[in-house]
Amino acid sequence: MKWFISPKALRRRGVVGMNQRNAQFIAELNPRRNYPLVDDKLLTKKLALDAGIAVPELYGVIETNHDIRNLARIVGEHDDFVIKPAHGSGGNGIVVILGRLQGQFRKASGQIIDQAGMAHHVSNILSGMYSLGGRPDKAMIEYRVHFHPMFEGISFQGVPDIRTVVYKGYPVMAMVRLPTRDSDGKANLHQGAVGAGIDMASGCTTRGVWRHQIIDLHPDTGMPIGGLHIPGWDRLLVLAAECFELTGLGYLGVDLVLDRDRGPLILELNARPGLAVQLANDSGLGQRIALIDAAIGKNGQPTAPASARAAFAQARFR
Amino acid sequence: MLQRFHLPLLILLLCGASLGLFVHKVHGLGFPLLPAQTTDSWIVEARISFEPTGGPVTARVFVPGEPRHLVLLDEHFISRGYGLTTDQAGDNREAVWTTRQPSGRQTLYYRATVAQLERERQGSVVPYPGPVNLPDLEEPYRSAAEAVVQRVRERSADITSFATVLIRDMNNTLDENMALFVSRNHTDRDRVQTAVQLLAGARIPARMVHGIPLTDRARDLQPQVWLEVHNTREWVAINPNTGAVGYPPNFLVWWHGDQDPVRLQRARNPQISFAVTRNIQDAVDVAQQRAELMDSRAVDFSLFGLPIQTQNMYRVLLLVPVGAMIIVLLRNVIGVQTFGTFMPILIALSFRETQLLGGVILFTLIVSLGLAIRFYLERLKLLLVPRLAAVVMVVIMLMLMLSILSHNLGIEHGLAIALFPIVILAMTIERMSLVWEEHGPADAIRQGIGSLAVAVVGYLVMINPYIEHLFFVFPELLLIVLAMTLLLGRYTGYRLSELLRFRALRGHP
Repeated sequence: MKWFISPKALRRRGVVGMNQRNAQFIAELNPRRNYPLVDDKLLTKKLALDAGIAVPELYGVIETNHDIRNLARIVGEHDDFVIKPAHGSGGNGIVVILGRLQGQFRKASGQIIDQAGMAHHVSNILSGMYSLGGRPDKAMIEYRVHFHPMFEGISFQGVPDIRTVVYKGYPVMAMVRLPTRDSDGKANLHQGAVGAGIDMASGCTTRGVWRHQIIDLHPDTGMPIGGLHIPGWDRLLVLAAECFELTGLGYLGVDLVLDRDRGPLILELNARPGLAVQLANDSGLGQRIALIDAAIGKNGQPTAPASARAAFAQARFR
Repeated sequence: MLQRFHLPLLILLLCGASLGLFVHKVHGLGFPLLPAQTTDSWIVEARISFEPTGGPVTARVFVPGEPRHLVLLDEHFISRGYGLTTDQAGDNREAVWTTRQPSGRQTLYYRATVAQLERERQGSVVPYPGPVNLPDLEEPYRSAAEAVVQRVRERSADITSFATVLIRDMNNTLDENMALFVSRNHTDRDRVQTAVQLLAGARIPARMVHGIPLTDRARDLQPQVWLEVHNTREWVAINPNTGAVGYPPNFLVWWHGDQDPVRLQRARNPQISFAVTRNIQDAVDVAQQRAELMDSRAVDFSLFGLPIQTQNMYRVLLLVPVGAMIIVLLRNVIGVQTFGTFMPILIALSFRETQLLGGVILFTLIVSLGLAIRFYLERLKLLLVPRLAAVVMVVIMLMLMLSILSHNLGIEHGLAIALFPIVILAMTIERMSLVWEEHGPADAIRQGIGSLAVAVVGYLVMINPYIEHLFFVFPELLLIVLAMTLLLGRYTGYRLSELLRFRALRGHP
């Protein structure tokens, strides 16, 4: 059992490395001026709403320390909600409140947080603790996604989401990110979440990867990960493809959630999506990207509508 | 097309410029490749004394001109109340001292610092003076000289070997013709005079040479006499005792011809004596002076012209690019994770002061203590900037305590701690605590160790005296570092760490 893979084997499998991603995809396809569109989640939300794409409902925004006293008013009668930094990255700084408990709030992790604790957290967000480069930030309070029952047995706290990598408007590869006890309810693979590959054609999960190993059962719940069909998969791929027009970013990560009541919602967009999706799908991005480049030309721009691009992905990527 | 070759061309250009200058400085000017290298140089002193006979005195003294294998780094003419000019007198360079009213015995000094040249001086080729006239000799000398020349010519191939054979014959006077010219009690000077005469019999231009062998330490040296013949291209030195060709190493030619070195007007009793001291000089200094004498532009832009303090600053500063390239290498090719991009290099720079082991221990100590304080501050629910400020203050107080503690324990390393970049440390603590909270202690410790490892590697490279010396003496090498970094900037291959990360993909062909 070797503990590494040779670069030759990686290249044969079309695996994209960090350097290639940074130099050839992000640097070349993602114009820097478009970054704010995805780095500022408030802006993303507004863009998506304008384009008629569903997002979690925004309850309110806190922009200054002075406004923190409005927190209670913004939360209002909602029993559950999410506080997140507008410029956060990697799921940092997000607090998910599941319910109330005698004037206090219960977090997704089960811990109890009081009003003052929440105010402090918001203040940390405002001071830029979770933003890129430590710049002052805004705090968003929004609708908490009630995830679709199909994920019931295969996620531990937190909200599972569906990450789709979109290359030049074509959905290339996707995975379901399942929170675990390790990941503390977060859906980031490097924090210990499970990534489950998705068959592009059918929308069925294939297998999972967790901390560099391939797994078939969820590490916390013991339920099988593979073989689950994601409802509304076709619609979901079109949504992801539409985000290209929204942002103009040629290499884009689209994070969608399946809400029990409201269907697929765009949670956030990412201008620097990671490469773990390759592990979850047991396949490299390289070959699929080559197919897209062959279809529209190396320096070409997509002309087909989002639905056609999603159909292309379903037909060609397996 | 242009787009494609732009970067390779730029890299080639940078490397070419850098290497060109580098090679010129090493080979042309003799800048040392290794640190603390020394070069021999000699201080040669001529002491001239005479007695004035009344009236204004003129003293003409030969001084070394442009020796072929040596370079005069520095010259001093020491005299009180004398006017001085130097000019060219035939083959020789001459110093002319003049004074109006000297009284008592006069002493003048000429002092020069001499160093070896890496390569023989070019361009000072003396043109062939043409065949000399036959000497006007009386019989029996005339026919004896003809016989000698005839005998030598039979056994020689060219001018140089003719001279060599002639000298050997003179030192081995079995030949009766030769015995007419050479006697046992002849001095070297007489011998060379005779040789010049005999060579003239073969119409070969020859001259007498006086020079000083540069030895370790010698006083009251008398100049040695050598023979030079012109082989139609250049003057060739012949040892008058053995006939061997060429000067010994470190032979300083003082003057040509059989004149006296000191010629006086209105003075008498000239005396001249020579002294030599060997002087070990920093090779860099010698190269510097040599380059100045050779009018090289390369040194006009060297760091050695700066004030010492600035020089010392650049000694360190020039290593930062090297460290930066190491960071590029470790992050983009190896894939080490660190806190901050260049934080490890700043830590590595401070390791230079604290030494490695002490530095690592102190760094770990401060960061862990700071982390503990940071977690405590977290409970006070402070705003970000005040909390960072508080961490900075605590870090400084921790340093203070560690310094006092280690001083009292007699460990001097603790004192250098103050050179750690405090703000960088505070930021490290802050970032580490964030990673700790968000990604768990495993990630935080992994990144912390990564940063420390990069700092240690950077330190080991930067502490290397060879590297420090190379970049200080040859700052043009930075262009190569720049070129390498640009090259690495286009590296889109896998990182070493990714071979591990993607190992789960190994299963299927």
